[in-house]
Amino acid sequence: MSELSVNHLLGIKYLKEEDIQLIFETADQFKEVINRPIKKVPSLRDITIANLFFENSTRTKLSFELAEKRLSADVINFSASQSSVKKGETLIDTVNNILSMKVDMIVMRHPNPGAGVFLSKNVSASIINAGDGAHEHPTQALLDSYSIRERLGDVAGKNVVIVGDILHSRVALSNIFALKLQGANVKVCGPKTLLPKYIESLGVKVETDLRKALEWCDVANMLRVQNERMDISYFPSTREYAQQYGVTKTLLDSLDKEIVIMHPGPINRGVEITSDVADSKQSIILNQVENGVAVRMAVIYLLASKIKQ
Amino acid sequence: MSQKILLNSKEIGIILHRLACQLIEKHLDFSNTVLIGIQPRGIYLAERLTSILRDEYEVKNIELGYLDITFYRDDFRRSEKILEANKTNIDFVVENKKVVFIDDVLYTGRSIRAALTAIQSFGRPDEIELLVLIDRRFSRHLPIQPNYRGRQVDAINKEKVKVNWLENDGEDMIYLINQEKDN
Repeated sequence: MSELSVNHLLGIKYLKEEDIQLIFETADQFKEVINRPIKKVPSLRDITIANLFFENSTRTKLSFELAEKRLSADVINFSASQSSVKKGETLIDTVNNILSMKVDMIVMRHPNPGAGVFLSKNVSASIINAGDGAHEHPTQALLDSYSIRERLGDVAGKNVVIVGDILHSRVALSNIFALKLQGANVKVCGPKTLLPKYIESLGVKVETDLRKALEWCDVANMLRVQNERMDISYFPSTREYAQQYGVTKTLLDSLDKEIVIMHPGPINRGVEITSDVADSKQSIILNQVENGVAVRMAVIYLLASKIKQ
Repeated sequence: MSQKILLNSKEIGIILHRLACQLIEKHLDFSNTVLIGIQPRGIYLAERLTSILRDEYEVKNIELGYLDITFYRDDFRRSEKILEANKTNIDFVVENKKVVFIDDVLYTGRSIRAALTAIQSFGRPDEIELLVLIDRRFSRHLPIQPNYRGRQVDAINKEKVKVNWLENDGEDMIYLINQEKDN
């Protein structure tokens, strides 16, 4: 197969395993491109992409914008905080106005789960979901799996634990779908209040003891504690969370194996992981950031190739 | 569909040696020259020429790289055929070097146009030459001509030139394939 089975990237749950492999193989080539003296290819000269961010984002937006520019696409940016959304305009009206300016592809982050799916049914452009509420964040999951594959050679058969706030995390859900699809064994670990009740129905095991989880895993994906999404207290204090679910160098060194540490960023240093863990050679956090651009280039390139002239 | 043999294994061997000699005449010890095989099919020709130069003409230190042009093509989204990326592997500097592009068949010239753009991402070569095994001279879309050619072929557009290599296709053979159905 050398074509994606989908016309939009709305979530990992809509992808097949072959789609993921194709994205990774294409990302391998783009990773080579972004390490050249001139990091740009002219493939998407005739494509215009709108980045619609209805919710704040720094790194995802930068990563997408860089990926688009390195493919030579024309890019327009839109932030909800400075827009007519505040004046009461609906999502479809906002997007249709932008599409009237001859935009081919939309990268959208939205606080409401399902916003991307809703949009894909109502507008003609190709949609990439850059995070919809606590639902999915497919490109993050793809770059996470890509980084595991890069470090450990393969994703299949590896033991991956996702630690932290599973309840509010779109990264966790997309990662679970992506890892399961590629044949990894997945556990989630965190305070019970932050583990959704349905989670085991996704084929993952639950572990509330961080030490046991780390002893089992090859990779620990540490999620950020999303203070902004926590309208009620899910755990007594950040300090207690850090003591129970934070990874320290002492804890890592006490394991009889070397596990890989990941984090989607931004890190609350000293909460999910300590500084010496974040900066250690076991951490692939900065590789994740670099791979993010290559993976997003691959996704955009492959979806753009399906936009017929 | 019908096919005829354009060149057999022995003829290909003779041509490869001639091309190698022509390269030596121009580039001497290759100290300032690099060879670049164009992906996907030019790499077999580039590897063959490199091994002839190394083993039979004892030219040492030949630098050979592979260039993928997929992302530089001008038919992205226009062609029915799905473009598949190949690996680029150039682990040397092309800045101020004499670069020889190597491809099996020169047809419309669009691949070479893409390669000329692609190589700029690696630096500014002093000079770029083109070596091809088969030059289909009447089908060019762009003003591109080879500096070294194995055989010139006058083929019409519905015909296809297929180069088979021992290492990939099990034989050294070049066919002219008529893609129209026989009546």
